[in-house]
Amino acid sequence: MSGRVVVEATNVSKKFRLIHERNNSLKATILRGRRVVAEDFWALRDVSFGVKQGETFGLIGENGSGKSTMLKCLTRILTPNEGSVRVEGKVSALLELGAGFHPELSGRENVFLNGAILGLPQSELKKRFDEIVEFAGVGAFIDEPVKNYSSGMYVRLGFSVAINVDPDVLFVDEVLAVGDEAFMRKCNDKFTELRRAGKTIVLVSHGMSAVQNLCDRVAWFSHGQVMRIGPPKEVIDAYTDTVTVDRHVDEYGHPRWGSGEGRIVGVMWIDSDGEPTSRLHCGQPALLRMHYEMSEPIERPVFAVTFRTLGGFEVSTPSTRDVGCEPDKLDGPGHVDLRFDSLRLLPGTYEASFFLSDHARLHAYDVRRDLIRFDVEAGDGHETTGVAALGAQWTVIDESSP
Amino acid sequence: MTLVSAYRSSKELYLNLTLRELRSKYKRSFLGWAWSLVNPLANMAVYTVVFAYFLKAKPPPGINGLDVYALSLMCALLPWNFFSASVMGSIGTLVGNGPLIKKTYFPRQLLPAATVGAALVTHLIEMGLLIVVLVGFGDWQAATFLPFVLVLMAVNVMFSLGLGLLLSALNVYFRDIEHFMGIVLLVWLYMTPIIYPITSVPARFRTPLKANPMTEMSTAFRSVLYYGRLPSWSAFVYFLGWAVALLALGWWVFNKLQDGLAEEL
Repeated sequence: MSGRVVVEATNVSKKFRLIHERNNSLKATILRGRRVVAEDFWALRDVSFGVKQGETFGLIGENGSGKSTMLKCLTRILTPNEGSVRVEGKVSALLELGAGFHPELSGRENVFLNGAILGLPQSELKKRFDEIVEFAGVGAFIDEPVKNYSSGMYVRLGFSVAINVDPDVLFVDEVLAVGDEAFMRKCNDKFTELRRAGKTIVLVSHGMSAVQNLCDRVAWFSHGQVMRIGPPKEVIDAYTDTVTVDRHVDEYGHPRWGSGEGRIVGVMWIDSDGEPTSRLHCGQPALLRMHYEMSEPIERPVFAVTFRTLGGFEVSTPSTRDVGCEPDKLDGPGHVDLRFDSLRLLPGTYEASFFLSDHARLHAYDVRRDLIRFDVEAGDGHETTGVAALGAQWTVIDESSP
Repeated sequence: MTLVSAYRSSKELYLNLTLRELRSKYKRSFLGWAWSLVNPLANMAVYTVVFAYFLKAKPPPGINGLDVYALSLMCALLPWNFFSASVMGSIGTLVGNGPLIKKTYFPRQLLPAATVGAALVTHLIEMGLLIVVLVGFGDWQAATFLPFVLVLMAVNVMFSLGLGLLLSALNVYFRDIEHFMGIVLLVWLYMTPIIYPITSVPARFRTPLKANPMTEMSTAFRSVLYYGRLPSWSAFVYFLGWAVALLALGWWVFNKLQDGLAEEL
């Protein structure tokens, strides 16, 4: 590590306009006498940091804290209103995989187009073409139009091009969790290889375990400002301490719907002392508490929780009806507990959605999608990859000896 | 960043974007590339029937006794079609490539430039064929004037690119431009002596008509291709002046507006 700063943000501020009314046509602009009715919102406020050559630098923070905006400023997609960014060397970005793909063109044509967008010379692309296709594992589909690709193939091909650009600086936004298990392993190998080759990586992630494992230093963003920069463990601890599990991501646009006679007003993980916690460990007991508030009596309500991975894979949806836990009637406030004797989720980041509905599960009183996001840390489980710890026992019986 | 340095640093991306434009245009159509020739031929047929036969438009005969309305028409209509396709294509290209702009960085000028580039490829083929046909009709001078034709085409590219840059960036902010320009181009075509000879315009209307840079464009193309003589210098310089001014304006406005594109789209 040469210690030279190759990615630098100096007093960066970025203002967005929250648009209440947009006049996208001349007629409306003239009639209303203005183009937009908007108020300013500072997505970044006076942010400064430097990343040294060869460093892997993580940006963490809640949704809407400004870390993705920061990444877009660094990649020159957005221009800061104040301050400046400086990036040395060849840049590649994994922001949205396959963003430049044209659906009607073949995979081959798109590889060349996408490579050119990322700044890889055609001669170099030709040399690496086989490697790219091989890495993406799309095989014979390479000459098919990409609109016929499965979403997995699409993303893998996009990733494969971007990672093969051989960048000096790589920007990554929450795309480490693409594709199937085998592909993810290949990606991780590739990241390790890039780090070993002294490349600089800046990544945004919600997966605290990934950040902790990969990063040399971490910056924690909150409300557009950098709260702390330092070694991963220290910063992640500081971050998770302040983040109450009961964070309502609704303000950030997470969907909520339902008729509203009964509402889920708060959810939290509770530790063995009955206190709210954000520390969850695989294989250890856990308790998820949902507070509800019924504004009128509701007969035989059903509560359910869906656990999903960040990739959207549904792990399970336990519901009160499934186990015959059926109160005749509920009115006013109260809470429902979902108790795990042993939390079967493997280490990773998950989202939970909450449902309050009638007995037939046809009418929704309150649905809160992806209301909380939480990390499960390593615990007693001995399983390593996947989403669920099945907790089964292994036995090997050697029958060769007499 | 100047036009030249922008091009040099992203030449390969530019070529790729142009190829994408060309490849995707006729994908999944039965006639494919043939469509790029069917369009001007259909134009030619319609205008010839309506203007030469019904309305008896009679352009002055060309060099070597050449007197074919359809050929006189094509000498000016093909450059117009290139201009029109470039401008209309450029207008929608930033909006159409929104996902690309929001997720990746590259010089955004390349998008309208690629549209113009793709139109230019079609245009070169059409002009090549036209010159072959003109020579076949005895107008061998059309071939000897080739360098001048290329110079005129280059000026036409500047003019079209300038307007394309200007309108593509503005269209992100005011989507009306796309619809508005459809009408403007239709009126503009009829305000330019392309389908009728300027000689059939009453004298008092000729001065305002001559203020239109496309009038000089069409007379210049026609004079080298159809009449076998150089256009008047003043007319050429007038067209060139417009092209340079429009390119400078388009470039300047585009640079002003491009920082906000990712947010606005």
